[in-house]
Amino acid sequence: MNAQDIMFVILAVLIVCSSIATVVTKSIVRAATYLLFVLLGTAGLYFLLGYTFLGSVQIMVYAGGIIVLYVFSILLTSGKQERLTENSRLKSLSALLLSLVGLAVVVGIFWAHGFIGAETLTAPSEAATPSMHQIGEHMLSTDRKGYLLPFEAVSVLLLACIVGGLLIARKR
Amino acid sequence: MFDFSDVTTPLHAFLSRLLGESLAVVTECVLVAVALISIYAVFAMIMIYAERKVCAAFQCRIGPDRVGKWGWLQVISDVLKMMTKEVINLRQTDRFLHRIAPFLVVTASMTTFACLPWNKGAQIIDFNVGVFFFLAVGSVGVVGILLAGWSSNNKYSLIGAMRSGAQIISYELSIGMVMLTMICLTGTMSFSEICQQQADLGWNIFRGHIIALPAFIIYLIAGNAECNRGPFDLPESESELTAGYHTEYSGMDFGYYYLAEYLNIVVCAGIAATIFLGGWAPFVVPGLDGFNEVMSMIPGFVWFVGKTFFVIGLLLWQRWTFPRLRIDQILTLEWKYLIPISMTLLIGMALLVSFGLTF
Repeated sequence: MNAQDIMFVILAVLIVCSSIATVVTKSIVRAATYLLFVLLGTAGLYFLLGYTFLGSVQIMVYAGGIIVLYVFSILLTSGKQERLTENSRLKSLSALLLSLVGLAVVVGIFWAHGFIGAETLTAPSEAATPSMHQIGEHMLSTDRKGYLLPFEAVSVLLLACIVGGLLIARKR
Repeated sequence: MFDFSDVTTPLHAFLSRLLGESLAVVTECVLVAVALISIYAVFAMIMIYAERKVCAAFQCRIGPDRVGKWGWLQVISDVLKMMTKEVINLRQTDRFLHRIAPFLVVTASMTTFACLPWNKGAQIIDFNVGVFFFLAVGSVGVVGILLAGWSSNNKYSLIGAMRSGAQIISYELSIGMVMLTMICLTGTMSFSEICQQQADLGWNIFRGHIIALPAFIIYLIAGNAECNRGPFDLPESESELTAGYHTEYSGMDFGYYYLAEYLNIVVCAGIAATIFLGGWAPFVVPGLDGFNEVMSMIPGFVWFVGKTFFVIGLLLWQRWTFPRLRIDQILTLEWKYLIPISMTLLIGMALLVSFGLTF
């Protein structure tokens, strides 16, 4: 086991434990905090792979954006109902079934791509991953592999969200 | 110019021979962490002393002068007091979140501190997306502040946390925009490359002239707001909210907020020194060769620390000059003035760069 594998195991244990804690805990703010650790652990995996851009995006968008949004909305809305209600039998059963299906899909993908049984992770260095220039050019190009259209479509979606938010927030 | 990798490369070779590759890296990580934490603590002490003395000077007072000559032992005794105080556990609060919140804040602050380029080759975190990583990690601290406010089970703390959160999230936008303006000029996001470029071509604030100067001013305003400092210090306005989100904290848990708050100023000033004032690059005037020779003799970390303290001086000046703003005024200033101005600056910089009007 080299240092790379040890770091991977640490991160994996962090992610798994925090994920379980996220769904098991009764307090909604605690769930958000555990989710923060899951997302930070995932960012750690990206850094381990040498893909610093994706790791930074993960921290920026999920840890710094989504979690802050969650905590903010919890703080603004909740009063007495900070604790989650008890789940019914049917709900627990269907959740169990769904998670088993999810697990099967993930294991199936691992199997199909031959990840299981591979010896050790050899991480590419930072230089081997796409540079900022390449990412920027792909983001704004109209070629076959260009992302300009999805990029603009997302901005239209965000505009719609802003308009919707204003409409809800307006007093009249 | 003194290159710090002259020290680190032989050290790495020596440790690798002694311990093997993996163990050597682990040892180096520990060494770097110890160095980082000690520099962090020393800078915190210097900042607290400087803040009290500068504040006193602005208010025509003397400041601390009882403990030691000019009161220089005051900070050390304050630190000892903070570390020996009892950490009080509150009833009817979420104790886990209450304990974990200061660590989130101080970890975010330390990670951003690790991004600073101290000297040529003396940089702890140097990704090719350095500036972006810096912004990303800085935004995690907000979660700690919000959790602190919520888990204290105190209305004043909660209001302070909400104000602080709203303010930090808003001002992060214009900080990001201003940094984007400067990245547009440099064409790279790695702190070491930004510094090297400025050592070769001149400081960014001169290269970007009419755009870089207003960008620098906006950065100073937004940076002060990011650090929750006056005139934007109403998250912890002592006259209305007792102390804001850290009201219920005591002992070292409070100490972490205190540390993070002062170190965020150092980080803010250090980044300003890096992206506008050349980082470790010496001050050179084209044509004056003798003068440039003397300037290049001064090692890089002296330049970096000197520039950082210059910017810290500007920030302290700003903090003790203006009266506190109301929350609506703070948000109006950001959303109606600073963001449009910084967007215009971004477009202006893009035009300057594409028409080749930069130096």
